[in-house]
Amino acid sequence: MRKRSLVLVLAAAMVLVLAATSLADVTIEYWQYYYESKVQLIDELIKEFEAQNPGIKVKHITFPYDTFNEQVAAAVAAGQGPDVLNIFYGWLPTYLKEGFLQPLPEEYFPVEEIEERFIPMVSAVKVDGKYWALPTAVRSLALFYNVDHFAEEGFTEPPKTWDELLEMAIKLTRRTDRGALIRQGYGWNVTGQDWHLFREVLLRQWGVKPLSDDNRTVTMNSGPAAYEVLQWWTDWSKKYGVGEEEGRGLYRDSFIAGRASMIVDGSFGIGTISANPNLNWAVAELPVKEIGGEKANFGSFWAHAITRNAQGEKLEAAAKFLQFITSDDVQRIWLERVGELPASRQLAQDSELAQDPVYGPFVRGLEYAHATFFVDEQVERELIVEAVDKILLLDAPVKETLDKLVEDLQKVRDEYFNSLE
Amino acid sequence: MVGGIFPPNRLRRENMLKRGKQFTLRQQQEIWAFAFLAIPLLFFAFIRFYPALYAFNISLRSWSMLSPDRPFVGLQNYRDMFQDEVFWKALKNTFTYTLLGVPLQLVIGLGIALMLHNVKRLVPLFRALYFVPYITSVVAVAWVWRFMYQPHIGILNRFLMDLGFEQIQFLRNPDTALYSILAMIVWHGVGFQIVLFLAGLEMIPDMYYEAAQIDGADSRQVFFRITLPLLNPTIVFVVVMSSIRFLQVFSEVMNMSNEGLGGPLNSTISTVLHIYRTAFHRFDMGRASAMTVFLFAIVLVITVIQMKLVTRKIEY
Repeated sequence: MRKRSLVLVLAAAMVLVLAATSLADVTIEYWQYYYESKVQLIDELIKEFEAQNPGIKVKHITFPYDTFNEQVAAAVAAGQGPDVLNIFYGWLPTYLKEGFLQPLPEEYFPVEEIEERFIPMVSAVKVDGKYWALPTAVRSLALFYNVDHFAEEGFTEPPKTWDELLEMAIKLTRRTDRGALIRQGYGWNVTGQDWHLFREVLLRQWGVKPLSDDNRTVTMNSGPAAYEVLQWWTDWSKKYGVGEEEGRGLYRDSFIAGRASMIVDGSFGIGTISANPNLNWAVAELPVKEIGGEKANFGSFWAHAITRNAQGEKLEAAAKFLQFITSDDVQRIWLERVGELPASRQLAQDSELAQDPVYGPFVRGLEYAHATFFVDEQVERELIVEAVDKILLLDAPVKETLDKLVEDLQKVRDEYFNSLE
Repeated sequence: MVGGIFPPNRLRRENMLKRGKQFTLRQQQEIWAFAFLAIPLLFFAFIRFYPALYAFNISLRSWSMLSPDRPFVGLQNYRDMFQDEVFWKALKNTFTYTLLGVPLQLVIGLGIALMLHNVKRLVPLFRALYFVPYITSVVAVAWVWRFMYQPHIGILNRFLMDLGFEQIQFLRNPDTALYSILAMIVWHGVGFQIVLFLAGLEMIPDMYYEAAQIDGADSRQVFFRITLPLLNPTIVFVVVMSSIRFLQVFSEVMNMSNEGLGGPLNSTISTVLHIYRTAFHRFDMGRASAMTVFLFAIVLVITVIQMKLVTRKIEY
């Protein structure tokens, strides 16, 4: 008797398990690096998505930012990995080249519709006429300044031109009589955001296009102005001593600690900076070369891509999930909860948002932002940092250094495009 | 029933003879020993040796970690490796770390051990103090040193400025960065050597010292004629271990150079760090494996030479 009831219970349990698995017959994996507000929001969004789409389950996996490439590469090598991967747009070409990604399915994401709905910057993930990923949110740069420091020097307005910025930075800088830097007028750096500032903002405003239109040729040294502006920009640190490279991310820490009066930072810095109630700060649009001159900004984004793991039903489920997390509704929640700017044209043009004292300068910056078409962001970044280090630490001549840098960057680009063909 | 047609006594004797023919007592013991060793041996074979051998295989293939294809390319990875400027720089740095680090750590370690050996009070306290850095996480130590080296606000530069000196850009200057990291590695690892040397010193029988005293040997003679020769096994061990350790230096450079890249301008990059960057930043597992194989060969050769050169039998 006992035995029989046990068998019955087991059978019932098995039926239940089978029923449960057949109901949730498609499970897709979504991977992103760990950033608390993003992780929490995605968890909530997944619940909502699953309720709207019975039969699809989304498994959310996170890992530390620093180990992004190791985690993903190791999983791929082991034949596993995500169906939908949240990836920095500048790393996407490397993953694409190796055949790890697939283009977004046309029936869910027609190219014209994407280009109508999203801001133009998103085209940085358009390769071979196809879109390979889509973002929920985008970021741009702006000038953060310490209002108290400005008041000390009697400055009431943020700088409008780079000349003004340097002049103000010189006045804001504080050193001991032995020359130790107590306060940087401008948190100068190359490893933070300022290598983008040089490439996409300063060069462009000085009339030098950093890349050819087809993204195949590096043109960072096309014209004497390029050498001029590289010299001048490195001189901010070297000659005028308004700030020093401190290491990645430390420019922001210095600003928060009141040890730097101005920094150029991305909208992703707002959260960390605003968490310090004692810091009296404000944001302004990036300066220009001359009043009325060309405006330029650097835009970037993390985008959701579909990997080769997603086939058949999984691909459909992945496409649906991607549609959901890039929808205008989610973008609106994303701005509130994570503080990242919407990638949708309509939302970005929202006048209320453009007038916001904190988000406004970033949103206005989006209009003229360029997202560099990287072929390998990490390698290109290392090359630029190395070139600037040569100028700063070894007194290398600017002309030769920039020419060599362009040559090296071109090599990386050639290798990439050759491997695609 | 039991025993069948043979009387039980005979059967037992037959069995014993049979078994005796197959295995001697010694062999039986060995079988048991290997049976117990099987698990760790299997562990080593699959977790240690197999991946190591697999690296040889990978080094002959072009394999981007993100790609499912691993075509065979012969020695191409090795050719690329030898043409890579950063690889040579990394190799040169690695030898600098080793050639300076090993003797420095040895002399400091032995020096402190000799002094501690004579300390009769609070012995455990002193030993613990010197050993503490060794058991502290490398990453934590590296970051603390990094803060101490900071310009303007770091404790070392403040101290220098208070004394009226110019600041030193310890980790930012390509000429000083490697030595700044080396200092930290030596400091961090010296505690382990002190403990080894103390153990070695304790193994030397007192009678040699007593005999030397009676013969009127001075302390120099005692050190060079008794202590040093009898410490030889310890010294060999320490030199071999620390050479391997310095040849494989990684975490310290990773954590003390900006973004773990071995800069500024590759002035601190070590071979292992370059392997890591090639594998996980460039995803070029083939070339990374080629470098691993090359480093393995270097470590092997150096270790064999050291064993031959430094191992001498000392008898009294």
